[in-house]
Amino acid sequence: MSAPLHQAFIEAAVRFPDHTAVVEAGNGSISYAELDALSDRVRDLLVALGVTHGDRVGFYLRKCIDGVAGMYGILKAGAAYVPVDPGAPPARNAYIMHNCSVKVALVEAQLEARFRAELEALGAQVRVIVLPHVGGGRGLAAALDSAGVAPAARTVSPAADSLAYILYTSGSTGKPKGVMLSHGNAVSFVDWCSEVFEPTQEDRFSSHAPFHFDLSILDVHVSLKHGAALVLISEDTGKDPQRLAQLIAQEHVSIWYSAPSILSLVAQFGDLASRDCSALRTVLFAGEVFPVKHLRTLTELWPDRRYFNLYGPTETNVCTFYEIRLPVPEDRTAPYPIGEVCSHLSGRVVDETGKPIPDGEEGELCITGRGVMQGYWAMPEQTARAFYVDSDGIRWYRTGDVVVEDQPGCYTYRGRRDRMVKRRGYRVELGEIEAGLYQHGAVEEAAVIAVPDEEAGVRIIAFLSGRDGQRPSLIEMKRFCSERLPLYMIPDRFSWHDKLPKTSTDKIDYQRLKEMG
Amino acid sequence: MSEQVKRAVKDFILKEFLPGEDPANLTDDLPLITTGILDSIATLKLVLHLEEKYGITLEAHEADKEHLDTLDKITALVAGKMK
Repeated sequence: MSAPLHQAFIEAAVRFPDHTAVVEAGNGSISYAELDALSDRVRDLLVALGVTHGDRVGFYLRKCIDGVAGMYGILKAGAAYVPVDPGAPPARNAYIMHNCSVKVALVEAQLEARFRAELEALGAQVRVIVLPHVGGGRGLAAALDSAGVAPAARTVSPAADSLAYILYTSGSTGKPKGVMLSHGNAVSFVDWCSEVFEPTQEDRFSSHAPFHFDLSILDVHVSLKHGAALVLISEDTGKDPQRLAQLIAQEHVSIWYSAPSILSLVAQFGDLASRDCSALRTVLFAGEVFPVKHLRTLTELWPDRRYFNLYGPTETNVCTFYEIRLPVPEDRTAPYPIGEVCSHLSGRVVDETGKPIPDGEEGELCITGRGVMQGYWAMPEQTARAFYVDSDGIRWYRTGDVVVEDQPGCYTYRGRRDRMVKRRGYRVELGEIEAGLYQHGAVEEAAVIAVPDEEAGVRIIAFLSGRDGQRPSLIEMKRFCSERLPLYMIPDRFSWHDKLPKTSTDKIDYQRLKEMG
Repeated sequence: MSEQVKRAVKDFILKEFLPGEDPANLTDDLPLITTGILDSIATLKLVLHLEEKYGITLEAHEADKEHLDTLDKITALVAGKMK
């Protein structure tokens, strides 16, 4: 039987009891021994409240040491943790917790009232543990103190196929859907990270992604497996390139992981030339395509580091990776490949019917292996649609992403299956138009959508934000595109904004753009 | 005469297809079709407008970039038919 997700942390706490486990800027830090003890207390309380193996426990907290301790306490009790976005509407968070019937939820006091009201409206039976405040683990300790002394409970070692966490992502139906990941899924991914990134107890990991975002799995669980320090980054700091660059320098971050969009800002506005970020050795990014011009700027300001483009949906976590060879050539404009399939998984490219396609042709990337989710919570039909079963009975997760294997074993991302449109009979990949727009010197952000149109069949709208507030004219943009794109790919409209709308995980919010279009 | 036609066509293109654009950017030799400023539907609208406003008929082969790609070319085509 493979060890559960929390086992590696428990062992690290034995080996490195005095090492700093988690740092929270402005709120101190906690050692491995302290974090282990605090999470034991959470386990004890949860068990005393009747939480057992197989239950779900929610947490609704801003990013803080309290949250990390809560997460491990939930795992130790044998339950799966369900983190929700503290910035999301309380109704959505109540829906999520009700949907997967969490037994207990850890909630910050200032978020409690509206959350309780929403739970009541749904008729949800959730026991709420209120943290009077959060930060440094002290709010959690206070909540545990006021709950009284719970008898010491046993740490549960769930089987590999038991759920470790459920991450909710936006669903096409309008209701969020819960991606169920087991201990076996998570541990296979964490072990793969250990192999490829070779972390040590000297490392200091950034924790930029919020806990409800799958990037956090790498930050938290890889860091705390190896005796390294996890540097929590608050939501406010996480959006501010100046403060982020300062934090990377001051906290001696050695392994960075985030979506590319914030790294683009750090490269442009982080004043990196004047900061000592010499501790940084590895830069990981995932979640969307990194515009090459910003990646070039970043790698020129931070040379001599390893850069990895990681790719994967929440359903598999990272499933392919590509190490970028430096320098980024001056004339390169094409985004980097997503690379090869991780060693704990297998991949294949198939057509609409699930049939493998010839090398070099576009198709949908499908993934199987130990890292692939169990399914969506209480959505058997959507789960069934998400997979196809081959003639050998192997279940493959359909990523919905179109890729091409342009070198043996190395994939290049072409875009979402659902972002491919036909225009005037031609196949148009919206991502390709975006890549073209990013080549314009005045373009800071570019996102392209297609909307149905009675006259033209489909109209292409480019949403743009300009560097330093620049807004080139329509004629200028049309001319520029006509030099780079086939006519049928030139957007019909160019809509300029100060900033493009983002999701809670800092990706461009295409849903919102469609509403604006 | 040509200048009047050119000004009128320019106004029409700005109003219909380039709302908010600085008129100075729409120069006489700016390619309109090969830059996608006029797509096939816009080109059709332009042709219908020209036929109606000036009482002329454009042949099918004239509704293309050889004849309509710039303000200069459009003006020459229309002025030639009005003689």
